[in-house]
Amino acid sequence: MGAYYHSVRLLEEKCKGCTNCIKRCPTEAIRVRQGKAVIIEERCVDCGECIRVCPNHAKVAVADDLTVLKSFPKNIALPAPALLGQFGRSTDEAHILGALLELGFDDVVEVAVAADMVSEVISQYLQSGKGPRPAISSACPAVVRLMQVRFPSLLDNIVPFEPPMEIAARLARESFGFGEVGVHFITPCPAKITAVKQPVSYKGPLLLDGAIPISAIYGEMMKRLNSARPFTPRATSRGIGWGRSGGEGLAIQGSSVLSVDGIHNVIAVLEEVERGRLSGVDYIEAQACTGGCVGGCLTVQNPFVGRTILKHKASEASGRKALLSSEALADMYRTSFFDMSVKITPRPVMRLDTDIKVALAKVNQMEQVAKELPGLDCGACGSPNCKALAEDIVQGRASELDCIFKLREKVQGLAEAMVEVARQLPPPVASRAETEKGERRDG
Amino acid sequence: MEFNTAGDAASKIKEVLQKSGMEPTLVRRATIVSFELELNIIIHAYFGRLRAVIKENCLEIAAKDRGPGIPDIELAMQEGYSTAPPFVKEMGFGAGMGLPNIKKNSDILVVRSRCGAGTFVYSLLKR
Ligand SMILES: Nc1ncnc2c1ncn2[C@@H]1O[C@H](COP(=O)(O)OP(=O)(O)OP(=O)(O)O)[C@@H](O)[C@H]1O
Ligand code: SF4
Ligand SMILES: [Mg+2]
Repeated sequence: MGAYYHSVRLLEEKCKGCTNCIKRCPTEAIRVRQGKAVIIEERCVDCGECIRVCPNHAKVAVADDLTVLKSFPKNIALPAPALLGQFGRSTDEAHILGALLELGFDDVVEVAVAADMVSEVISQYLQSGKGPRPAISSACPAVVRLMQVRFPSLLDNIVPFEPPMEIAARLARESFGFGEVGVHFITPCPAKITAVKQPVSYKGPLLLDGAIPISAIYGEMMKRLNSARPFTPRATSRGIGWGRSGGEGLAIQGSSVLSVDGIHNVIAVLEEVERGRLSGVDYIEAQACTGGCVGGCLTVQNPFVGRTILKHKASEASGRKALLSSEALADMYRTSFFDMSVKITPRPVMRLDTDIKVALAKVNQMEQVAKELPGLDCGACGSPNCKALAEDIVQGRASELDCIFKLREKVQGLAEAMVEVARQLPPPVASRAETEKGERRDG
Repeated sequence: MEFNTAGDAASKIKEVLQKSGMEPTLVRRATIVSFELELNIIIHAYFGRLRAVIKENCLEIAAKDRGPGIPDIELAMQEGYSTAPPFVKEMGFGAGMGLPNIKKNSDILVVRSRCGAGTFVYSLLKR
């Protein structure tokens, strides 16, 4: 493995080399070479679009499963709020959380509780007027990494607080310590798995030991729902809402919030921000998945159904009192408990060379090469579009003849040349039969 | 007015700058300048061209159009001055912030215009 950890991987034996994933990838991180998809590690943001779109299920998320619990004498589950949207409307929260204990966890720290706190902290931050506007949510790691690659100039707009998952992990470590205790996130997506294994805004001993997909334990949870010992939920509707698009926006009070979901929609909004054209927005809730985390590619429920169920779950929790008062949180806000420990830095992987002179020369060369390509963006060459092929050619990763139209031209040219050569051949020598016929006639 | 292609030129300039390895802040400034110039052509002129020249230590963006021209450039440079029609304002443009923002993000800015002929804007951004 290189410098980047990735949860999203390719199962080569299942890959048929089609063009679905290369076309859908928001950072053009995939190529098809020798009939198989190849992921360019530096560019991949683990958003999971390729997992969703692959008809052959050749893209997978590498994750932990329940066997990870055996490595620790004691285990804590950190369920994503989206988990609550996976079961029927009438399944109550206490039984859902209780089912986690039945699976072998010793305790539960709801990420929604951390989301309750983070909501308040962000609300206070926005009211303080600090930082550039619009402030951008740090919650979705796929969006954060997308920004590192494609919108580096907006990284300063990301709120300087860790997202709920990391805060829940900090809470768990405060209560249970390190060492003998395994802390595991129950994840809706590969982006969070990568965030567990390789955080971007935190340096120090990893706070989480495992990331287990919702889809990996869903069946086992279903079996245990009825017999589960209820676990008293502590999150309020504010925190639970973070599991769906729009919920985070509702939780941020006193500011105008724009909510956007689906990674290609997120890109469109970030482009607006970059152009300085978005006015009157204090905060952007941006989620890579359609519907928000309930639409994560490691969930089971249909995202739209999941959203409705989660909304319902949030309303059921509306009477609950938050674990910490806003005064207590204001005190915590003054400490560094919620802060990111390192700045998020750009990942300049789009540039063609580290030497600007060379990069400029390559940009020119690329434009020239692109002019010669048909501009159909068919993807048959294995690059997502003609421009990307031009880039790959300039970078020495592909050749012009990877373009099937260029290849056809070349074959046609060769065939014509052959015909031309054939025409210039000396007339054939008469065959022996013909010579014999001629002899008889003579005789 | 071709609003459905608005931003295409600015996007292309951004992409090329990123591929060249220009610093994020320069890319951001260039994006703002080129987008505003592009929009001004679409909204206020008949047709025009946007050209960007990338050099090692700077970037030049030039916009040239055929259009009504700007009668009073000094006035047009003021924040809030706009002659954009109401429906453009409804779309969130026409706040009279384009040229001032272009100025804020340029190191050198030249605006020339001839009434009834067209407008030429040159912006230089240092790295
Ligand atoms: N290319 C152009 N051709 C003709 N007139 C122009 C041109 N560019 C700007 N102007 C004039 O200058 C005014 C100010 O331009 P500016 O870009 O600052 O604001 P705007 O385009 O009206 O609104 P905004 O840029 O905030 O959407 C315009 O309203 C228009 O009258
Ligand atoms: S929206 Fe939620 S589920 Fe989707 S990638 Fe982001 S954090 Fe993961
Ligand atoms: Mg303008």
